[in-house]
Amino acid sequence: MLIFLLRRLLQACVVMTVISIISFVIQDSLGDPVRQMVGQSVSPAEIEQIRQEQGFNDTKFEQYTRYAKNVLQGDFGTSYFYKEPALDVILKKLPATFELAFSAIIIIIMVSIPCGIFAAIRPKNILARFLMFSSTIGLSVPIFIVGIFLLYTFSIELQWTPSFGRGDTVLVFGIWETGFLTLDGLSHLILPSFSLAIALLPMFVRLIRSEMLEVLHSEYVKYAWAKGLSPARIYFVHAFKNTMLPIITIGGIQVGTLVAYTILTETIFQWPGMGSLFLDAVNRVDSPLISAYLIVVGAIFVISNTLVDLIYGYINPTVKLASHGL
Amino acid sequence: MTLLDVRNLNVCFGLKSGVMQALYDVSFSLERGERVALVGESGAGKSILGFSIVNLISKPGFIESGSIKLDGKELTQLSHRQLRHVRGKRIAMIFQDPMMTLNPVISVGVQMVEAIRSHTTMSKKDAKKIAIDRLAQVQIPSPELRFDQFPHELSGGMRQRVIIAIAMILNPDIIIADEPTTALDVTIQAEILELLKHMCEVCNVALILITHDLGVVSRVAERTMVMYAGRIVEEGPTLEIINDPQHPYTQGLLSALPQMALPGQRLNQITGSMPSLMNRPSGCAFHPRCKYATEKCSVEQPGYIYSGISTVACYMVEDMLSEFSEYDEV
Repeated sequence: MLIFLLRRLLQACVVMTVISIISFVIQDSLGDPVRQMVGQSVSPAEIEQIRQEQGFNDTKFEQYTRYAKNVLQGDFGTSYFYKEPALDVILKKLPATFELAFSAIIIIIMVSIPCGIFAAIRPKNILARFLMFSSTIGLSVPIFIVGIFLLYTFSIELQWTPSFGRGDTVLVFGIWETGFLTLDGLSHLILPSFSLAIALLPMFVRLIRSEMLEVLHSEYVKYAWAKGLSPARIYFVHAFKNTMLPIITIGGIQVGTLVAYTILTETIFQWPGMGSLFLDAVNRVDSPLISAYLIVVGAIFVISNTLVDLIYGYINPTVKLASHGL
Repeated sequence: MTLLDVRNLNVCFGLKSGVMQALYDVSFSLERGERVALVGESGAGKSILGFSIVNLISKPGFIESGSIKLDGKELTQLSHRQLRHVRGKRIAMIFQDPMMTLNPVISVGVQMVEAIRSHTTMSKKDAKKIAIDRLAQVQIPSPELRFDQFPHELSGGMRQRVIIAIAMILNPDIIIADEPTTALDVTIQAEILELLKHMCEVCNVALILITHDLGVVSRVAERTMVMYAGRIVEEGPTLEIINDPQHPYTQGLLSALPQMALPGQRLNQITGSMPSLMNRPSGCAFHPRCKYATEKCSVEQPGYIYSGISTVACYMVEDMLSEFSEYDEV
């Protein structure tokens, strides 16, 4: 286990280095930072002087090492717009995005597993066919249409749910603004989390169904029938456990997609999270913020995939994390 | 009273292109503690027969007609729930490939205990005790340790021992073993067969051994049934069938054994290959490959006849017998 984590840490370092290079390149190529700082009324000679002082005339390699050194110390530069450290700005928005993504993941798990299993066990049932049909539609409709449709139906026409923002939040542990603890916060969460979930749900329903169908045809499931086990035990223990293995792997990769979709969802519902912050930063060419966002998201991805591998090793006994380190 | 009585069993597969018949009028019976072998080439319907006894034929197969009686109780009429308590409890099965049979993500012990607990109301603790006992009976060293291990930590032979232990776990009446040694190392095959035979003798369990290996048959089974294209073509005591086969197909099978050919000579073979079930020849299904075939063979299916040695479905045997007997028309 320790070897696995150490090895993972090493991999994470490589991944994070690559991400930092990418974000450095982005930051470096997004316009002229000096012009951003000083505005129009400065002479070219003065600009050249500032350029020299700020180190923009150094080689790219020197600039990157300086950038990487600062990043390692937690200094991602100062946001041009907020005039605050970029990392602080992002971390302030992290709870909102985390809670949105977390609720969406819970919805995906709670809905896709029963639907997928049902569709695999009773492939000819009308409800199962309807599920498959609607999942095809769900796969092909982009999230911003789903989000706007939900918004229009439930907030504007029916007026059941609030249409934008996070509602009331409570500060817990001194750092975390949560919307889970207030009724208002929860009601604001419903629409965004559902539209985010709907973006990934159809894929998972189809995936679980097809994996389950395959497992149901395996020898060990046939043998389980021959042993006279109850159908519930065969479906939910023998077949489901094996179905979950590939699903978990894909789920880990889909965390990246989920993060990408939070940007869209947060924009539609004006959810004050990292995603909408990122989009604003892009519009304002706030390059320190953009690169800081990329690195934070990269870190989230690495951490979530490590967790996924740990869960995988727990379910699949043939993977020994301790001895092989994967 | 016969333990298992199968009468005129017809099994079909409903396909888009029509109904395909896999078993033709199969009848046989099995006494308590008796060991019977079912031999034939691949595709003869041996496995389908084994699976149809507990109605586990994979879809779109179904039992078209016929009766299967276990202790006089008709199995084809049972509901799913009733049938579930026959499977594993009264009729246990052993599958071909022990690598594929055990669920890879569930420990050996859990797979044994669940077999007990799905048919009895025994406590987990008692079930574990029985499971460990059984593991010891099938000569698995340090069974307590193995109990908590996962299938991938066991060798192929070890896994087949576990499967035999699971089959024996509730003292069934019948074990259906579908090519139990085919997937194993040759060196282990004999051990596993010996174990299977020993366990059946000790516990007085009847065995239906499905195999295409005639060497296996002679070692384990008292009686042998030869299948060809979904039909039993010859049936009798194993020794008689091996020493004096009556049906041309059985003769062909036996002469094809490598030890029947002289060194340096080509091995004997039955010319042609078994017809697919989709285009079964008319009359006796074996006639296109049979060197004794006459016109009659291609028209009508021969009935069963007792030759004094075995029960055979063949016109040639029928004719020979009627030549010998002066009075009886058979």
